[in-house]
Amino acid sequence: MRVFVPGDSAAISIGADEVAARISKLDPTVTIVRNGSRGALWLETLVEVDTDSGRIAYGPVMPDDVQSLFDADFLKGGAHPLALGKTDDIEWLASQERVTFARVGIIDPLSLDEYRQHGGLVGLKSALGLTSEAIINEVTQSGLRGRGGAGFPAGIKWKTVAQTNSAQKYICCNADEGDSGTFADRMLIEGDPFTLIEGMTIAAIAVGATQGIVYLRSEYPHAISILQNAIEIAREFGWLGDRVLDSTHSFDIQIRVGAGSYVCGEETAMLESIEGKRGVVRAKPPLPAIEGLFGQPTVINNVLTLSTVPMVIAQGAAAYKARGVGRSLGTQVFQLGGNIARGGIVEKAFGVTLKELLDTYGAGTLSGKPFRAVQIGGPLGAYFSTQQLETSMDYESLIAAGGMLGHGGVVVFDDSVDLAVQAKFAMEFCAIESCGKCTPCRIGSTRGAETIDLIIKGVRVDENKKLLLDLCEVMTDGSLCAMGGLTPMPVKSAMVNFPSDFLGAAK
Amino acid sequence: MTMIFEPDFGTPASEKSQVVSLEIDGKAITVAADTSIMRAALVAGIDIPKLCSTDRLKAFGSCRLCVIQVDGRNGTPSSCTTPVAEGMKVSTQSEKLDRIRKGVMELYLSDHPAECATGDECEVHGVAKKIGITTSRYAKGESHLDLKKDESNPYFTFDSTECIVCNRCVRACDEVQGTFALTIENRGFEARVSSSGTSFIESECVSCGACVQACPTGALTEKTLLTIGAPTSSVITTCAYCGVGCSFKAEMRGDQLVRMVPFKEGGANEGHSCVKGRFAYGYATHSDRITKPMIRNDITEAWREVTWEEAISFAADGLKKIQSESGRNAIGGITSSRCTNEEVYVVQKMVRAAFANNNVDTCARVCHSPTGYGLGQAFGTSAGTQDFESVEHSDVIMLIGANPTSAHPVFASRMKQAIRKGAQLIVVDPRVIPLVRTPGVSATHHLQLMPGTNVAVINALAHVIVTEGLVKRDFVDARCEEKSFKDWEAFISLPENSPEALEASSRVPADEIRKAARLFASVPNASIYYGLGVTEHSQGSTMVMGIANLAMVTGNIGRKGVGVNPLRGQNNVQGSCDMGSFPHELPGYRHISNPDTRKIFNDKWGVTLDAEPGMRIPNMFDAALAGEYRGIYVQGEDIAQSDPNTSHVHAALRAMDMVIVQDLFLNETSKFAHVFLPGTSFLEKDGTFTNAERRINRVRPVMKSPTGKSEYEVTCDLATAMGYPMSYENGAAIMDEIAATTPTFSGVSFKKLDEVGSVQWPCNDANPDGTPMMHVETFMRGLGQFMRTPYVATDEKANRKFPLLLTTGRVLSQYNVGAQTRRTANNIWHAEDILDLHESDAQMRGIADGSWVKLSSRVGETIMRARITDEVPAGVVYTTFHFPESGANVITTDFSDWATNCPEYKVTAVEIAPSAKGPGAMVETHIEGDVQLHSIIRMANQIAANIPVSDAPEIKVAHHIVQFWTKTMIERLHNDVDKSKLSPIVIKAMEVLLVTQ
Repeated sequence: MRVFVPGDSAAISIGADEVAARISKLDPTVTIVRNGSRGALWLETLVEVDTDSGRIAYGPVMPDDVQSLFDADFLKGGAHPLALGKTDDIEWLASQERVTFARVGIIDPLSLDEYRQHGGLVGLKSALGLTSEAIINEVTQSGLRGRGGAGFPAGIKWKTVAQTNSAQKYICCNADEGDSGTFADRMLIEGDPFTLIEGMTIAAIAVGATQGIVYLRSEYPHAISILQNAIEIAREFGWLGDRVLDSTHSFDIQIRVGAGSYVCGEETAMLESIEGKRGVVRAKPPLPAIEGLFGQPTVINNVLTLSTVPMVIAQGAAAYKARGVGRSLGTQVFQLGGNIARGGIVEKAFGVTLKELLDTYGAGTLSGKPFRAVQIGGPLGAYFSTQQLETSMDYESLIAAGGMLGHGGVVVFDDSVDLAVQAKFAMEFCAIESCGKCTPCRIGSTRGAETIDLIIKGVRVDENKKLLLDLCEVMTDGSLCAMGGLTPMPVKSAMVNFPSDFLGAAK
Repeated sequence: MTMIFEPDFGTPASEKSQVVSLEIDGKAITVAADTSIMRAALVAGIDIPKLCSTDRLKAFGSCRLCVIQVDGRNGTPSSCTTPVAEGMKVSTQSEKLDRIRKGVMELYLSDHPAECATGDECEVHGVAKKIGITTSRYAKGESHLDLKKDESNPYFTFDSTECIVCNRCVRACDEVQGTFALTIENRGFEARVSSSGTSFIESECVSCGACVQACPTGALTEKTLLTIGAPTSSVITTCAYCGVGCSFKAEMRGDQLVRMVPFKEGGANEGHSCVKGRFAYGYATHSDRITKPMIRNDITEAWREVTWEEAISFAADGLKKIQSESGRNAIGGITSSRCTNEEVYVVQKMVRAAFANNNVDTCARVCHSPTGYGLGQAFGTSAGTQDFESVEHSDVIMLIGANPTSAHPVFASRMKQAIRKGAQLIVVDPRVIPLVRTPGVSATHHLQLMPGTNVAVINALAHVIVTEGLVKRDFVDARCEEKSFKDWEAFISLPENSPEALEASSRVPADEIRKAARLFASVPNASIYYGLGVTEHSQGSTMVMGIANLAMVTGNIGRKGVGVNPLRGQNNVQGSCDMGSFPHELPGYRHISNPDTRKIFNDKWGVTLDAEPGMRIPNMFDAALAGEYRGIYVQGEDIAQSDPNTSHVHAALRAMDMVIVQDLFLNETSKFAHVFLPGTSFLEKDGTFTNAERRINRVRPVMKSPTGKSEYEVTCDLATAMGYPMSYENGAAIMDEIAATTPTFSGVSFKKLDEVGSVQWPCNDANPDGTPMMHVETFMRGLGQFMRTPYVATDEKANRKFPLLLTTGRVLSQYNVGAQTRRTANNIWHAEDILDLHESDAQMRGIADGSWVKLSSRVGETIMRARITDEVPAGVVYTTFHFPESGANVITTDFSDWATNCPEYKVTAVEIAPSAKGPGAMVETHIEGDVQLHSIIRMANQIAANIPVSDAPEIKVAHHIVQFWTKTMIERLHNDVDKSKLSPIVIKAMEVLLVTQ
């Protein structure tokens, strides 16, 4: 009898380990599978029982509920107040379009057999039979864009690396998921690490790289451990190392653990950090695709981008780009968080509206109070108001609305939020996390926070608002990287969309 | 005089040869591809505001003042980091750009003092004014204006309140100097420049001044700038420390020297410097300076200040008296490698023309004389083959017996840059010198040999190359003598030269030698750099020839990135040798026996030169003890401290009747002197120095000589008083005479140097612009000559009584005998000589780290402090010779190079024992027996053992003796030596000598 108790750190944080322990204790014959999370964080710990009629879900299960589950004979799918029926039938999950997250929560993350039973390695095996051009062409055709936030077409980046001559090339996976309100990278690595390894391997074969590095933040100890295990399993299997799956290609992956700096998620600062230096942003050009890690051509992609590649190759570009809108093709893994009733992973085709995400999936605020603001795309993303709920969630529409998709984080606030305080927070965040290299970001963020503080206190409000807007221009146009360049986005969106919060003493 | 302005084009020049045409502000511009937009604009005279960029450093892009707009491209990129592209249209001015620049500047001003201590030195206010703002609208907020100054470094201050975190200092420390002492601590608003978490003086900082030079504000400032004030005029001149020969701007305020700023156009240093040249010039105005001539009848008397006239006639009378009593060969002179070419030329001229003998030698005798001999034999001239820049093109660098980070710091920085760009390094040294492993650099191979076994190692390397088929046949066939190669090939292939056979002597694992040899022979461009660890041995000349053999057999001569490069110790070692300072050579390395050469000088000087070589320095000492040599003129060299076997030197000096010292300070030698002639510092000289790359650099006076005379004038006065009138209008006139008499210098004049900055000799009609690289098509001597280099172990062997081997060297902050550096704040880093020893040797003798130890050899003993370190292997100890108190040369012996008598400083058998107190050298001037005869026997046998030929060695030995020995020495060899003490080859050679004479 197999029982699934997620080993995902979000589930563990609310007692999944204890739930698993109690189940084992009460019935030592049960095989407990520590799967990834299905992504419905509001249902964690989501315990699933493998029955003849499929997987039956119970949740959210707290350790104290375990005895009653046994009492209800849950191993046979018995009725219980926490019973959710067949997992596959839970509407919240069933209505999603899981592509990148297709296997997450379903398989045992470290079972290569299960990975392969669920379509794993099909993409890589197919790629091994293709030319570099053909792989890159397929990725380009799919419309897959960088999921780290910049949205740059993955295939074009790969092509640059492939066409740059060098004896040594690298694949760097950016897993320094530092944006507040985002957790998809972590859940993917914890729930389906092999898909990332497969994506990196395909990228390596496509561009001629032999070394891969996953830059994984120290705040993700479970992900580090799971990925490390997965890499070792892949090496033993003959997947990583010399002669990948008995081909002529060689590729191996190592993990580099970040040291807690947000800006190291910026790709050039990440390269510096991997090289053992201070995590400071590099000026571009040169592009990392031409002179990246240790000065060599380097593919830098986010976890989600690379983890989507196996599916793109396995099922073809056409299948992938059949979803989405405009130039935003395929699916996006949205992460609902903040003050929301039903948070978690929502993978949907681009074009879903903000309203649908918040209402259909989010089901209102956790506090029960009305929505007031939603920050999309991390701490440097824009604050949207309730007037903007019809916005289509895709790269272009969000930019048009003064925001950005970023890494797909959606953080909800109820009507108790003060957007001037949030704007100040954005500047403070920048002041702490800026690498300190360029002047607009290094000094501007501190002056920005101080100026907003004066506005809040009602000191020369109009003058300071003008100064703040001037500062926003200097930071946007003058900063060296997106950290300083995007910090004005939450500030300006707050000022524009919530002007009443910036009236100072008159408020 | 005015200030010399050096434009800063913001980013380094592109090395690309293709050009790109673009438009900046409507102006058509063509520049090399990869040039930054900033540089393209600035070169074209279009100003772009900047703070974080400077053309000595790679573009960084942090200040965001240099933003521009490019037609068809988004955004406002920084012009320093954006390269030009064909057809690009760039705008450097627009409302948008103006807003960004003003906005950025407002941010700077919000965290910067309203007025800076250094005034216009701080570029922030200047750039702000240019942009059109003077104040910031931001309310007073968080700032760094209350941070404390770091004044721990004796020469410069770090005032963080003025720091704009542009990283120029950090980047200079990294990119230019390669020390990585500076970093940025913290991030965001709290990001601050830091000497790695400690004060500057406690940090890894080597005080090269690159950070001070790079700083655009008053954050890093010379203390003298703060105390004296802003300079008002500047003069380009040349550093007087090591053989790198860095060019500096001496910046003056009135007649006060404010600071020495490395000159970007200096061919040797390209704007870099080290702690000595940059900061340690205070000795020039030190109160110890002697500015009046002094005399005394006896060295037990006190000095008497006299007029120049009295001093000169006193000296001349004394010398004339000696010559009348003991013959014209009883006096001589020593030229200084610290002095200008012109001053040296005049001294050797005085000796040859006024003293009427060839008893002139130079302090290069004790450092690079084997280089002159060895390279002369192999290539045909005594000089390094490359310019410094060449190292940047090397794939493999072999560094032998040199410690450039201490002794040639500015060149070391270049070498480090080359290594960090991918060149591999092979270090051959008994010590773990810093370059073996230092941040950013690690040697691929460290051949850690025992002192005295250089030749064993170079032979083993060559053996591997020859026997493993790695010879560059094309080069050898085309460029070298076939006969000499065949002979050498047979010799070097002998099993006795294999790494396995020589491992017992050198203690270098054979496998390591084989790997290093293969690496050296396998790359397109491999170069050899070496120092006194090669020359100061009993086989110094053999080793130089071994190095030449290795370079030739691997085809590494005549292009960039290759070559044989001696790193010269003193500022003008090359020049003093070029100027005819050796007793057997006239200027330009022409043997005194050559009648054609003598004719040139006979005609010019109106004399008849003696055709016999004169005495070398050690011969002078021996002859003095024999009573045959009684008067000496010592130009700027402290032989009593710097020459080996101090007790022997002291005894010799004591035996003389007229010792004339020309120097800045009273020194160890002047204790034995009868006349003291005050000299001039480099800041007062008008002349030239020639550096290790044969680069002739101008030395220009920036202040008046406090003695009232130039040094060459004093020499001329003495010559005149001796009865041979000499006078020159100025330094330029002396150089004109050098050019007129010396073919390799015929194109050199002060006028030319003032026009082009510097030239590398040969500079003549064939090479009017000088010769950065030698032996390109053919060697100076035609075909390169291979020579046999048998390894002959030194007689200076460790034994039961003296079981350790002492080797000597230098530290970064002190220089040579310390006469200059000890009179500066450099003592803060190194205030005494220290004995380095391995822990196992220390434990065996109960010696604790930092305790006093007595160091003794068969010739003397001294006491100094011990430092336990793994930089030396067990069995080897190491010290420096900067301080007279410890007098390391009390320990070193008379043993010397077989060919040139360069002392064997690098190997002395010693014993150490704990000592209750210190420091102190014990000099006993007790000399036993006929020292001169003893030297003659030793030298003759040594020549016979080392002569690099197989057929009829006695002919070569005889030839060598005739070439370099004085008549008296040859006569004593025939008449006074007990033949049983001579080797059979010497006996045969004596027969040859009798026949030829």
